[in-house]
Amino acid sequence: MDFSLTNREKLFLQMIKDFADNEVKPLAAEIDEEERFPVETVEQMGKIGLMGIPVPVQYGGQGGTNQLYSMAVEELSRVCGTTGVIVSAHTSLCVAPILENGNEEQKMKYLPKLCSGEWLGAFGLTEPNAGTDAAMQQTFAVDAGDKWVLNGSKIFITNAGYAHIYIVMAMTDKSMGTRGISAFIVEEGTPGFSVGKQEKKLGIRGSATCELIFENCEIPKENLLGAIGKGFGIAMKTLDGGRIGIAAQALGIAQGAMDETIKYTKERKQFGKPISAFQNTQFQMADLETKVQAARLLVRSAAYKKDENLPYSVDAAMCKLFASEVAMEVTTKAVQFHGGYGYTREYPVERMMRDAKITEIYEGTSEVQRMVIAAKIFK
Amino acid sequence: MNKEKKEKMKIIVCIKQVPNTTEIKINPATGTMIRDGVVSIMNPDDKGGLEMALRLKDKYNAHITVITMGPPQAEAILREAYALGADRAILLTDRKFAGADTLATSNALAGALRCLDYDLIIAGRQAIDGDTAQVGPQMAEHLGLPQVSYVADLQYNQNNLLTIKKETEEGHQLLEVEMPCVLTVLATANRARYMTVSGIMTAFDKEVEMWNADKIDVDEEKLGLKGSPTRVKKSFTKGRKGAGELFEVEAEEAVGIIISKLKEKFII
Ligand SMILES: Cc1cc2nc3c(=O)[nH]c(=O)nc-3n(C[C@H](O)[C@H](O)[C@H](O)COP(=O)(O)OP(=O)(O)OC[C@H]3O[C@@H](n4cnc5c(N)ncnc54)[C@H](O)[C@@H]3O)c2cc1C
Ligand SMILES: Cc1cc2nc3c(=O)[nH]c(=O)nc-3n(C[C@H](O)[C@H](O)[C@H](O)COP(=O)(O)OP(=O)(O)OC[C@H]3O[C@@H](n4cnc5c(N)ncnc54)[C@H](O)[C@@H]3O)c2cc1C
Repeated sequence: MDFSLTNREKLFLQMIKDFADNEVKPLAAEIDEEERFPVETVEQMGKIGLMGIPVPVQYGGQGGTNQLYSMAVEELSRVCGTTGVIVSAHTSLCVAPILENGNEEQKMKYLPKLCSGEWLGAFGLTEPNAGTDAAMQQTFAVDAGDKWVLNGSKIFITNAGYAHIYIVMAMTDKSMGTRGISAFIVEEGTPGFSVGKQEKKLGIRGSATCELIFENCEIPKENLLGAIGKGFGIAMKTLDGGRIGIAAQALGIAQGAMDETIKYTKERKQFGKPISAFQNTQFQMADLETKVQAARLLVRSAAYKKDENLPYSVDAAMCKLFASEVAMEVTTKAVQFHGGYGYTREYPVERMMRDAKITEIYEGTSEVQRMVIAAKIFK
Repeated sequence: MNKEKKEKMKIIVCIKQVPNTTEIKINPATGTMIRDGVVSIMNPDDKGGLEMALRLKDKYNAHITVITMGPPQAEAILREAYALGADRAILLTDRKFAGADTLATSNALAGALRCLDYDLIIAGRQAIDGDTAQVGPQMAEHLGLPQVSYVADLQYNQNNLLTIKKETEEGHQLLEVEMPCVLTVLATANRARYMTVSGIMTAFDKEVEMWNADKIDVDEEKLGLKGSPTRVKKSFTKGRKGAGELFEVEAEEAVGIIISKLKEKFII
């Protein structure tokens, strides 16, 4: 395996770091404080091509790799966890399942506008009674001859209210268990489909997290994604890819907190010297730096395997498990190194600590990642 | 554009790779820059010039050639220019170009320009490393073209005319100039766009033309060290000014403080 960056990756990093520092960073504290979804950033990202990186050019994508995509999520999250997850949920949870499971008509209809950023994407699996146990779907889709009729609700859906395209899981045959679940493409504005209340959250407060409500929502027959009864498999495979995105988000948040802490501890003086001169600071920071780099290698390796069409679900689980826990550790210690100042909103580390926590929860909690990894070792 | 003109407007942008720091270190023994270990970037004014060309391309479908003289690594900024939207890239590279001062640099660039088709030549106002702001104007002289320096804005009119806003110390001038001509552009003229992801993906599949001294139209005596009359007598790093004193007071009190400070230093 080659660990060095390609020339393309180097040039891409030059662009994305520049974009993150100059366009995304200046808004991060404000959108957190105001719980405001950054529509202007999404529009800019669409123009540059950040909303469809790993999609072939023939579908309006950028013809890039999952490696570049994960680097983008990392760099955006380094300065703003909210912006990172907007791109990740859109790309991994909406664009990817259409690309991987859609028929030619569906790909031509949805991907170009999703990749250009004109449309934003979302994914609805979780329900009030189907969280970790996602198979307990209570949303139903009934075959009404020339259409499907959906009833039920989803909860905690990222990008909801701003998205135009929703990938929605629903039960089509309860007697079949997980094989009775199917995936559907639901467009914004479909009669009977509405977006419910927006959650007030601990972190990633600029991102929209809402309920989806389906009341006799009629969708065209051709909006079934993949074969009937294959929805659960599609959802699980989608989440495998999504976990690389969330791991990259966690990694970015961790790196952002490292950067802030290195800068701060070099400036802040106590007992007549910068606190970076204390051995406690140095040793702890050395450990954290090592963990962040280890997380990065796990993310790179999972993205590499996805790009090479190698099995990657266990790699995705491992990189998400590790990177999210590293993000939590780094951000918590970053606040500690900032002392009382770190606890205030004058410095970004408290926001990073709040943002980091979600990476241990969504797209499968850390417990779920351990189940995936354990299932492989004890199979 | 002039309808009678069948071809697209052709723009050439001269770009230079520079170290990403305004604090250049000089080797005291040789009097030349130490370039090792510094990240290299496209010179900011040149990026402004390229953006100006790209806007003309957006509006009038112009064709953009970027050209740089430098070592093989300078290819990086040409790839960047491709990712931003340039159509053709040329790297002037040859040991014979080495040791060039501004005169030899502008002679080499002019030699290459003589082999190309153009309506407009754009350079940066100034490179952040060499800092002389001489290369653009010298090129115009070598080629016998009209030139406008310190360009902040531009508008294309019919009949090959450009209306140009030129920054001056007092404000700005509005000038009209006929193409072909040479402009030197400021980084502050516009906000440079970001490279697109698809641009980055394809930038490395495109050809960067390598031109050596034989390929260009100039007398070899005018190139490199041989063609450089400049002799560096001495170079030194300017001492840093100390941090100023800060007073946060009302205007009236401030006037008093300033007067007493100026008197203290025997300035008034
Ligand atoms: C901000 C945010 C955004 C989200 N975005 C989306 C989205 O876009 N789309 C979507 O579909 N969902 C989304 N979710 C939902 C998210 O994926 C779920 O919250 C998550 O899967 C956990 O489900 P739950 O909240 O029901 O927790 P529960 O399943 O109730 O879990 C509670 C705790 O019990 C543990 N637990 C559960 N079962 C076991 C077990 N068998 N063994 C050991 N421990 C167990 C869990 O790990 C967890 O710690 C989002 C959630 C949030 C908060
Ligand atoms: C006294 C002296 C001695 C020097 N000796 C050496 C030496 O031994 N070795 C060495 O490597 N360098 C040397 N240099 C640096 C070299 O002369 C300059 O890099 C070059 O002449 C450009 O001058 P500048 O940086 O001042 O550019 P400016 O005149 O400030 O640049 C204006 C614009 O001209 C264009 N331009 C300038 N240079 C190039 C280029 N190379 N390719 C394309 N476009 C360009 C750009 O658009 C730029 O924005 C020397 C410079 C001086 C002044």
